[in-house]
Amino acid sequence: MMPTLDFRRDHLFVAVLALLVIVGFFLPSWMRFLIQTAMASGLVALGVMLQMRAGLVSFGQGLFFCIGGYAVGLLAAKAGITDVALLLPAAALAALVIGLVLGLLLSRYREIFYAMLTLAVSMILYGLLVKAASLGSTDGFNIPAVSYFGFVPDQAARPDWSYALTGVVVLAGCLGALAYLRSGAGAMLDAVRENEIRLSYLGTSPRVLVFVVYAVAAVLSGLGGGLWAISSGHVDPEMTYWTTSGQFVFVALLAGRGSVVAPVMAYFLLELLRTYALDIAPNAWQLILGSAMLAVIVLLPRGLWSLVARART
Amino acid sequence: MKLVAILLDGLNYSAWLFLVAVGLTLIYGVMRILNIAHGAFYAIGAYVCASALGLYYSAGLPEAGAFLMMGLSALVAGFVVGLLIERVVLRKLYGQDEVIMVLVTYALFLILSDAVKLTWGVESYYVFQPYAYFGYIEFGNLPYQVYDLLVVGLAIVAGIGLWYWLNRTRTGILMTAVVADREVAAAMGVNVTRIFALTFAIGTVLAAVAGAATAPKIAVTPGIGVEVIILAFAVVVIGGLGSIPGAVVGAIFAGYARAICVHVAPQFELFAIYAVMAVVLAIRPHGLFARAEGRKI
Amino acid sequence: MTLKTVLAGTASLCLIAGAVQAQDQEPITLGIPVFLSGAASGPFGLPQRNAAEVIIAELNAGNLPAPYDTKGINGRMVEANYVDEAADAVQEYRNMAEREGVDAVVGYTSSGNCKAVAPLAEELQQLTVLVDCGTPQIFESVVTDPTYLFRTGPTGTIDSVGAARYLVDTGVDMSEVAGINQNYAWGQDAWADFTGSLIALDTGSDIATEQFPQVFAGQYGAEISALLTSGAKAIHTSFWGGDLEAFILQAAPRGLFARSAVVMTTGEAAMQRLPNEIPEGAIIGARGPYSYFAPESELATWFRDAYEKAHGQPPSYPAWKMAQALLGLKSAWEKAGSDDPAAIAKAFENLEYETPAGTVRMAIGNGHQAVQGIAYGTYKQDADGNPGVENVIAYAAECVNPPNDTTAAAWIEAGFPGASCN
Repeated sequence: MMPTLDFRRDHLFVAVLALLVIVGFFLPSWMRFLIQTAMASGLVALGVMLQMRAGLVSFGQGLFFCIGGYAVGLLAAKAGITDVALLLPAAALAALVIGLVLGLLLSRYREIFYAMLTLAVSMILYGLLVKAASLGSTDGFNIPAVSYFGFVPDQAARPDWSYALTGVVVLAGCLGALAYLRSGAGAMLDAVRENEIRLSYLGTSPRVLVFVVYAVAAVLSGLGGGLWAISSGHVDPEMTYWTTSGQFVFVALLAGRGSVVAPVMAYFLLELLRTYALDIAPNAWQLILGSAMLAVIVLLPRGLWSLVARART
Repeated sequence: MKLVAILLDGLNYSAWLFLVAVGLTLIYGVMRILNIAHGAFYAIGAYVCASALGLYYSAGLPEAGAFLMMGLSALVAGFVVGLLIERVVLRKLYGQDEVIMVLVTYALFLILSDAVKLTWGVESYYVFQPYAYFGYIEFGNLPYQVYDLLVVGLAIVAGIGLWYWLNRTRTGILMTAVVADREVAAAMGVNVTRIFALTFAIGTVLAAVAGAATAPKIAVTPGIGVEVIILAFAVVVIGGLGSIPGAVVGAIFAGYARAICVHVAPQFELFAIYAVMAVVLAIRPHGLFARAEGRKI
Repeated sequence: MTLKTVLAGTASLCLIAGAVQAQDQEPITLGIPVFLSGAASGPFGLPQRNAAEVIIAELNAGNLPAPYDTKGINGRMVEANYVDEAADAVQEYRNMAEREGVDAVVGYTSSGNCKAVAPLAEELQQLTVLVDCGTPQIFESVVTDPTYLFRTGPTGTIDSVGAARYLVDTGVDMSEVAGINQNYAWGQDAWADFTGSLIALDTGSDIATEQFPQVFAGQYGAEISALLTSGAKAIHTSFWGGDLEAFILQAAPRGLFARSAVVMTTGEAAMQRLPNEIPEGAIIGARGPYSYFAPESELATWFRDAYEKAHGQPPSYPAWKMAQALLGLKSAWEKAGSDDPAAIAKAFENLEYETPAGTVRMAIGNGHQAVQGIAYGTYKQDADGNPGVENVIAYAAECVNPPNDTTAAAWIEAGFPGASCN
């Protein structure tokens, strides 16, 4: 069974996610924070998933996660612009610009070379940030509290606002990705994966399709990075380190390619597993995490979403 | 003087990079698995070597024999771990997507890292005796450890040995047949499963040898495997994934890039390797030594 | 039921009741984030955790010498909840504060983690004691108006200032100076402070070469060649852990230590591990007056003995810092005499208390940042091969720390105004 091409009913799942986000609002604050960061990171994993539909694996998606985070951080901490109405568009725009430039180069590459080149680019940014002593090098820097369209919530209400913001933007991101997947450019991604040459014969340029998906993923990831930065109040170069990017790929694969909400939910499950593994076995949490991942790959080769998809058919 | 230093340092670092990367490229070339767990195998090699030599020295045996012990420990550790993992995990997953296999090895890497930690603890292990054993020779006023030069020799031996084995022995030629076309090779009666197991074990041994050869120069400590993976990847990608000559050239490119940076512009040391990688890929998208592949129709 | 069993039952009930009486209050739970995995787990995480275990067990048993001879903290037993600092610091901090509801968080080694959790401590009003982390920015720029956040470990500034002063005071030839530091915030800051101190001390040094290998690189052959051929008379390094040990193992056989005076700001931590490999005469620091540099006191002797008895080797400097953090918390808590975090925080401000490493004063960062002196010495083995230091010079806290209202960078830049060195 191939992953679904039919996203007509996926709105339903976005609605389910919306419901879960609202339920999450009433959970204990540590859990809510976990959901919040998982949603922000899940948006990046969604970007990876979109590229995967074209058979491309970005091992450097942390690049845009980091660009989004640093765009927000630099504006808020260094330029004094602290309103989300400017910060998030700036994060998306910064990611888009870099994505368009790099996309020109990267759309020529496929398979493992795409993976390796995206990785190389993200590691070059890592190297640059580590050298940037004025940005705190590896320590990164902190981001002041933000305002919401001119409104400054007091300290106690801040977590509520940032949670709500994250929820709204992530849901919008999912809907945007869905609209993209249902468009011609999105639907043809599968054709890029299946057979590029036939696609060219039909008069479509696979390179343009890859360029577009790369840019769309960049914007989603930049937004994710911006939200993550606002949530955690801190950015550092670790955001563009290869292990971070590897995690996005992991989540995208664990989730499967069947729904736009799958990466977001899978990210949450991964974080939940990690935090409880840390709590139960602080000395062996990586072992638990690794075993769980292996189990999913062996037992559910089409990702966690195949459980949902199976239940539907 | 600076030139001599650059030549020696570059050579030394290239040799080490080659040792670290060659197993990775072998496994990818034959099995199409980009093995992230390679770093863990390197660490296991270093730990086993450190433990074995610790026992060896405390038994008061002659110091020269320690080198035999190093080789032996790496061989045994690599083979046992490699065969075990191939048998228990990978064999069930052959035929999966390349990317899925990357993730499988990433999961293995996490598991093995913790397994190493639970076995050896977080305290460092040391086996510095072999590093000082041969003393140093001076090039002008630059003292250089003989051990480091021996590592260069080891890399050359490993490279030539691997070439000989792949091109001049029956198993090696069968392996090349599997690389060329897995299905046809199987149809002709080649036992692909066995070839895969052997390849994986040899790749693991090479990683373990690299770890064992490095152990005397470092504190064997958690996390040593992480740094290695990304370096090995860079080397292999520069040279062309799956190509042994590519690994040689990739190692030399990366090794000299770093040596030149250290002596001329230490500020840029951190990017040297990635910059080389990005430039090479921009010019030759599949690496320097990759075979051209037909496009699928 | 016979009378006998009833009596026995009643007696055992009374025993239980008695036991409950002795510790009638809930124990104090501490969240202790230390590195349990990764490269920092051996050199930092392990000794910190070991020290926390020793101090907490002995506190609960009431075995410490005066002034800490009362049981537990404020009469309550202490429990520890260890967390891996290598995981996401912000998430795990929230988990400790909000899910586990710990009474205080005592830990953190990485400056990055300290910076990330510092604002959270204030936001969640969670009593937090940072044990280590080098960066002076915590109270200079990250949290400028602290209430609940404290740091009992001195900043990394004193390492570099002390190292420069020591080189000058011992008459080392400073005409050509080189550095090898890890390419991340810690190494960059240490080298910037060190070169800044050289200018402040007017040594007229030329920088022969400044090497910044990647952190955890492990292979330093090329860097050592560069140092050997640079003609440097003095070399500064802030390497720590496995990197420091690899550097020693690779540099010593090639004679780097014989050619140049090498100052290793964290060298103390390698002394127990590589006693025969560190060349005699190498200049060693311990990031404060810890371990071999600790002033003689009953508390210091007790700590060394108790730690060695429990863990089989003497404590390295990160263990001393952990002990210092826990004792600071106890002092503040008992001075406040209440379990109210705000009251404890109030009592902690500007506190002066005794530690195994002498008196600690919470003197800067509006009374939230500890100041301590620092000492350097040269490495020496005694006749039995035990590692030790000689030619020790200790610098007072006022000599190597900026005053309360100045940032470390500005203070070094201005040439140490207000420093008083005996």
